[in-house]
Amino acid sequence: MTLQVKPAAIILALFSPLLMAQAKPVLVPDVSQRDIQIAYSFTGAELLLFGAILYPGGRPPRDDKATDIVVVVKGPTQSILIREKEKIAGLWVNAGRLRYQSAPSFYAIASSRPIDRIVDDRTRAIYELGLDSLQLSPASAAPANVQARFQQGLVDQRRRSGLYVEAPRAVEITDDVLYRARVTIPARVPVGRFTAETFLIRDGRVLAAAVRDIDIRKSGFERFVARAADKAAIPYGLTAVALSILLGWTAGWIARRV
Amino acid sequence: MDLYLPIANLSVNALVIIALGAGVGLLSGMFGVGGGFLTTPLLIVYGIPPTVAAASAASQVTGASVSGVSAHWRRGGVDVKMGGVLVAGGVVGSFAGAWIFRLLQASGQIDTVIAIVYVLMLGWIGSVMAREAASAILAQRRGRPQKAARRRHHPLVAALPFRTRFYASGLYISPLAPLMLGFFTGILTILLGVGGGFILVPAMIYILGMATNVVLGTSLFQTLFVTAVATMVHATTTKAVDIVLAGLLLVGSVTGAQVGAKLATNAKPEYLRLALAVIVLLVGLRILLGLVWRPEEIFTVQPL
Repeated sequence: MTLQVKPAAIILALFSPLLMAQAKPVLVPDVSQRDIQIAYSFTGAELLLFGAILYPGGRPPRDDKATDIVVVVKGPTQSILIREKEKIAGLWVNAGRLRYQSAPSFYAIASSRPIDRIVDDRTRAIYELGLDSLQLSPASAAPANVQARFQQGLVDQRRRSGLYVEAPRAVEITDDVLYRARVTIPARVPVGRFTAETFLIRDGRVLAAAVRDIDIRKSGFERFVARAADKAAIPYGLTAVALSILLGWTAGWIARRV
Repeated sequence: MDLYLPIANLSVNALVIIALGAGVGLLSGMFGVGGGFLTTPLLIVYGIPPTVAAASAASQVTGASVSGVSAHWRRGGVDVKMGGVLVAGGVVGSFAGAWIFRLLQASGQIDTVIAIVYVLMLGWIGSVMAREAASAILAQRRGRPQKAARRRHHPLVAALPFRTRFYASGLYISPLAPLMLGFFTGILTILLGVGGGFILVPAMIYILGMATNVVLGTSLFQTLFVTAVATMVHATTTKAVDIVLAGLLLVGSVTGAQVGAKLATNAKPEYLRLALAVIVLLVGLRILLGLVWRPEEIFTVQPL
């Protein structure tokens, strides 16, 4: 009896990952722009993130559990120093400071429902879903409540400048198959490689995830200037001085003739 | 009209920046101050990162000074010998300033120190100038002959050795006094991101006792060279000079400076000094409020 059950169990165990993979839906995501060029008239960009959910068997499961899509766009990570001002002897001066290894320079999260109703705190921490779940890797030792205060300060400040965005209900899902979301990238983002992550979540579990890269870079004159300032500092500085002297002198020359 | 700034990494309204430059240029031409003490704080308020603001304002001050110097030069308003001594002190001072800047930056207190130095300097200079200009105006109004011969340099200046003649300034003093003044202004140029004219002009009048008709031109002459050095220092160390931002500021300020210089030739010097004193005091007061009022941003984020 036991001899007969064993092979069946082994076969089942062997095939189960395949069977489960088949049972899981697959995401086919895309972004409207893979390459954003910053030129003189750049005032920001609007990204359209869209795609399809491919279900095994070709149709969405018929039950009452909601399917959610979460889209996260992240900018290159920076290591940063956060300073906190305090009133000392009547003056507001920088008192405390903490270093963090990896703060995203840009972070936008769009979801089909508020994120805290889609997944629990643990999952949010694992996938960095939501502004209160960012993993900044603190590099200075400090009590947890101080860390939390500084992190909140960073999030608040970047939220106000449009660098950190939380948009619940910004993802539209059509017929349980197609989804799309718009994310606005402000002009003051740093250049570099951005990632657009898409998560398919059902019943509090992340069923599928997919990533697309977006490159943001300066082009044309802006690229030339940024490179020159970095690579050829002395000619660049001399050009700036020459430009100021030339413009100043020209204005004087014109004024004498008016 | 939006324009992207390649070093500041953000887009600005070009017309606003040009207008800002024009306003500052007007003051610069009228009073012989570079205007950096206004440009830098205004740019920061507009959202430009502080280092980029200070570095780019320096080159704007250079441009405004050129047109100012050329305007004053034609009416003999520049004492080249005095200017040369000031520049020599200023160049050495700007390197000393860069060193102090790094020390303060590492301790995180640079902003507070800058603000406190601003408040003290502006408050002191503003009140001395306002009092002097007001009493001169009152004396004129009452019809009393102005005590024109009161122009004297500070007793300490007279005590310094190696006296030499500065003909255009009408002085027979030691070059060490303007050298030290230039050195001190050079430190301020880097530290505060300003041309230093707002310190230099009163110091030339009240400490050196220079003839007032060469004070503005000579101050601008010194500012021109020291800010050019400061631009080079920033371009090679902080790499924060935004040439597009500087260009926009320049277009406005060089035009404003010409208009300002024309206005200044028709205005009474006492009234000009009183007006400058009021502006200096207002800016000082604004910075003082910034120190004691609860700031909008408690947290500041600095990428490393």
